Amino acid sequence: MHWLIAPGFFTSAPVHTALVLSAIAATVCAVVGVFTVLRGMAFAGHALTDVAATGGSGAVLVGASPLTGFLTGAVAGAGAVAVAGGRDARGRDVATGIVLSLATGLSALFLYLDATTSSATGVTQRVLFGSLFSADPSTVLPTLSVGLLALVVTGLTVRPLVLTSLSVELARARGIRVGLVNVVFLATMATAVGLSALVSGSLLSTALLIGPAVAAVRCTTRLSHALVVATALGVGCSWLGILLSYDSYNWMPNNQSLPVSFFVVVTVVLSYAICTWWGTRARRV
Amino acid sequence: MINAWEVGTIVAIVAGVVGFLVVLRGDVFAAHAIPNGAFAGAAGASLVGLSPLLGLGLCSVTAALVISALRRHGQRDASTALVLVLTLASGAALLSQSTQLASSAYSLLFGEILGASATRVLPLLLLAVVVVGVVLLRWRAFVLSAVTPDLAMARGIHQGRLDASFLVVVALATTLTVPVVGALLVFSLMVGPAAAARLLVARPGRSLLVATATSLVVLWGALAAAYWTNWPVGFFVSVGSAGVYLIVRLITHSR
Repeated sequence: MHWLIAPGFFTSAPVHTALVLSAIAATVCAVVGVFTVLRGMAFAGHALTDVAATGGSGAVLVGASPLTGFLTGAVAGAGAVAVAGGRDARGRDVATGIVLSLATGLSALFLYLDATTSSATGVTQRVLFGSLFSADPSTVLPTLSVGLLALVVTGLTVRPLVLTSLSVELARARGIRVGLVNVVFLATMATAVGLSALVSGSLLSTALLIGPAVAAVRCTTRLSHALVVATALGVGCSWLGILLSYDSYNWMPNNQSLPVSFFVVVTVVLSYAICTWWGTRARRV
Repeated sequence: MINAWEVGTIVAIVAGVVGFLVVLRGDVFAAHAIPNGAFAGAAGASLVGLSPLLGLGLCSVTAALVISALRRHGQRDASTALVLVLTLASGAALLSQSTQLASSAYSLLFGEILGASATRVLPLLLLAVVVVGVVLLRWRAFVLSAVTPDLAMARGIHQGRLDASFLVVVALATTLTVPVVGALLVFSLMVGPAAAARLLVARPGRSLLVATATSLVVLWGALAAAYWTNWPVGFFVSVGSAGVYLIVRLITHSR
């Protein structure tokens, strides 16, 4: 078994924390992600990850915990995206882009100040690309409660969410406040992004939000199936990513292990490719 | 510093011209994703000892072609997002393998005034001429297919091929811009000035000129500010372009 699972994997405390944190984040991301993909809001989701990066780098500057930074950043970003929103899809994309670019500029400044004021090295990598194995075990409880909150909100708003994703006019005719649904969903998405940033770093949290969801949408036809498949893929990919990253310590000649986020992204993209192939084959038969 | 001004001027003109079409065609997300592909290219090239410009070019053109192929099959934004995270993650994996690279990660992502002054002007100028040349030659097709896709189709313009060639133009423009403003902020310089110009001027030709002029002012200002404060160029570029857009939007809104 040693070629598959390097010794010490099951006894290592950082690995346990990593597995628990990533399972929570992946579940929330998969559920929220399916709606993100159905609503065609992948760009807004990605913009929130860049604002989460600003929050994360700001948190280092003031000495707050990374989770607080990521969540505050993403929620503030959701507010900015909601306020900036344009009239049509292109206008909305441009407005989202402006929020995104301002946030990235601020991260640039914060990371520069982090690097010049503190003696800690590798802040850029840690905030942007994640360092799951150094996560503090005490973040498990807040992560779990925030994750549950996001899932409950999604569960409560599931009908208006589906209806507004399918047809805005129909939803309006039914008396649903489309604008309100959108703002609530943006806030939920921000929470998911904040949690995911903890696992894979802020720049790569898009992977957990979009990847499993788009793979599930490609190979299923019903919403409930898509949600189950996305959750299974999300948790599976992030656990596999953690395992491979742990193993990679022994692969590299200089014992410099590859980051968790890299393996999570690679497995997510592979599962997307397989699901797409499977989905098109099933439709053809 | 004189070199930085020359390089900056070339970069700003290219970003303004290409950015105008990015905003007009609604390719904002793709224009954000392609520079991230470039990041992996630059990291890989410096790991094996190739010229970073070559790595940047190869990787961003590949990312552009993959994005344009994938997004024909629906879920346009989601497939772009996947290409983006895959390239970024590869960049991160490369960076984790070399401590020397890790220190250059920041300037690759956010730009550096040294990056601007160390770039050689001639290859950059040639690449810029190619990019602007292609845009001017195919100007009518790019604009027509963005504004009225049906009419463009009736004129016999192949949408898929045009889409791919436009993304390759974006990729080449990216290659020029990354060393100066950084992979994450190329996009700011392309989108902010162009979006502001679109709000101010309706005619495509004039709007293009306004976009290019604005991006020149933003980049010159950012270079000067970065030189004075020693803060990252990318920060000033993003604040400048977002600021211009916000001011213009407030003005046009109150009219």
